[in-house]
Amino acid sequence: MPTANPLSCDALIRACRARAGHAVIGSHALRDDATVLLSREGLVGLATQLRDDPALAFDMLVDVTAVDFADYPPGLRGACSPVDADRTDGLDCDGLPRFEVVYHLVSLGHGHRLRLKVPIAADDLTVPTLCGVYGAANWAEREVWDMYGVRFDGHPDLRRILLYDEFEGHPLRKDYPLRGYQPLTALPTLAEYADHETHR
Amino acid sequence: MGAHAAHGQAGAATAAMVAAALRQGDKMIINMGPSHPATHGTVKFVLTLDGETVDDIDIHIGYLHRGFEKMSEQGTWQQVLPYTDRLNYVSPLCNNVGYVMAVEKLMGVQITPRCSYIRMLVCEISRVTDHLTALAAGALELGGFTPFLYGVEARETLYPIVEELCGARLTTSYTRIGGLRSDLPDGYGDHVIAAMDKVLSLLDKMDKLLTKNRIFYDRMIGTGQLSQQDAIACGVTGVMLRSAGVDWDLRKHQPYLHYNELDFDVILGHQGDNYDRYLCRFEEIHQCNKMIRQMLRQMPGGPVNVGDWQVVLPPKAAVYNSIEGMIAHFKLTIDGHQVPAGEAYQAVEGGNGEVGFYVVSQGNGRPYKVHVRAPCYYAMGVLKKLVVGGMLADIVPTFDTLNMIGGEVDR
Repeated sequence: MPTANPLSCDALIRACRARAGHAVIGSHALRDDATVLLSREGLVGLATQLRDDPALAFDMLVDVTAVDFADYPPGLRGACSPVDADRTDGLDCDGLPRFEVVYHLVSLGHGHRLRLKVPIAADDLTVPTLCGVYGAANWAEREVWDMYGVRFDGHPDLRRILLYDEFEGHPLRKDYPLRGYQPLTALPTLAEYADHETHR
Repeated sequence: MGAHAAHGQAGAATAAMVAAALRQGDKMIINMGPSHPATHGTVKFVLTLDGETVDDIDIHIGYLHRGFEKMSEQGTWQQVLPYTDRLNYVSPLCNNVGYVMAVEKLMGVQITPRCSYIRMLVCEISRVTDHLTALAAGALELGGFTPFLYGVEARETLYPIVEELCGARLTTSYTRIGGLRSDLPDGYGDHVIAAMDKVLSLLDKMDKLLTKNRIFYDRMIGTGQLSQQDAIACGVTGVMLRSAGVDWDLRKHQPYLHYNELDFDVILGHQGDNYDRYLCRFEEIHQCNKMIRQMLRQMPGGPVNVGDWQVVLPPKAAVYNSIEGMIAHFKLTIDGHQVPAGEAYQAVEGGNGEVGFYVVSQGNGRPYKVHVRAPCYYAMGVLKKLVVGGMLADIVPTFDTLNMIGGEVDR
């Protein structure tokens, strides 16, 4: 595909703000990576518009991951996640919740890239799934569930993917210990195993 | 039954197969893997079969999960590098280059032109070894032992070239933040040319044995077909995407390093089936050959490392004979690179597609987060679409041309 009209970071961020309105919490273009911070309520709507608008045409979801900011040095969060200064609710960078789910999008037609970040609190770790917008979200979100314990609302098949079902905890959280043991899991009986595989 | 889950897994699987077959009447559930002779890679498919037709497939990955991302958070930025060798271990140099480019992007470091050219050179050599592995193993699993040996011999022609460069065949760890471990050895260009000549002659033999081989052709053509829409929606990149006819190659469309100075073609397929993926890999090796020769002709002189001692270790003479050199060496080794707080994503075209590194810094010498976007992960995610409705036997060529590398999928 020809790289027809790559938009600048500023133009991409403006486009997101115009479409998602108050859902946008902040934005930055550090090292020419256009980044938009938005609330989970605006995610699916914005992603759908980003995909379908011919001027933006973000047709591929490249990657989904999360960041646990639990150990992040106080006062530096703004370097990753700046919050708009003119917010009426008084939210600032240090008031942002612990987790962020990070989406990377690319437009094969235009050649521009965009990063969306959705902050979510540790006591309500849910975001709506993007499975209805991008097929790639299926496995990508399963990995984030597995590693960080983020629930994706509406995901058709939210099981662990790299680890096994009986694994306890979510290892990429900052409070997951480096050393330790997982409990031994009992071998399933024949009936249990067959039941598990046929009634997934 | 307090035994560990690893014990008697095979026994449980066979028994489960029988039990499920009884339960479902004519449908049969069968486990393929995790260690199956026709899958080069540790992966388990739980198949629901209706006769020999695949009704459903559940793909279990993660057998090689080592916690790459967790380990990366424990050391300095440079100490992550050896772990990246072990992602896609048939083209480790592409991962090395991708990782240091992500850190350099966040630091705002500009590398030298010679460094950039050498990085491109080693990436293209790696791409050839990656494609040769996919072609050779694919032939083997369809019964072609002779082409497999030619392919592996070709790969073994290139591994000594890699070894000459960095002392290891697979665990290369060749790049450094701001440069490279070392410059090219004397006479390296001639060795590369000689090796590539041999690779091409062996490739020609594989071509004669496989491309118009009736049996091979019939197994490959029309099987494992992937549409353009599915490929894009499911995040498939690299040869798999291009074989479906989508013109997207990061080297061409988002050129990094000095790829914009090279003359090469993006190889596209028509229908995204196994045969197209086979042909695309074949032709991409020829394009790599063309690029390697161009790069050797155009190779700029000058230093390979940036001169800043806060980015690259000072020369040993300075370390042993000057207080500044010693302090710089000490600070860089113990404290690590001081990467400003923030985040960056850098993608390169690896052997199987877009290898991306998303790095988050907390403003000191230790990574806060390193995430790798593995191309194989998304390719495995789309496998279900390629095999459901087809024959059980077609899983083998489809899985081969998808070229899953366990180290990269499972991380």
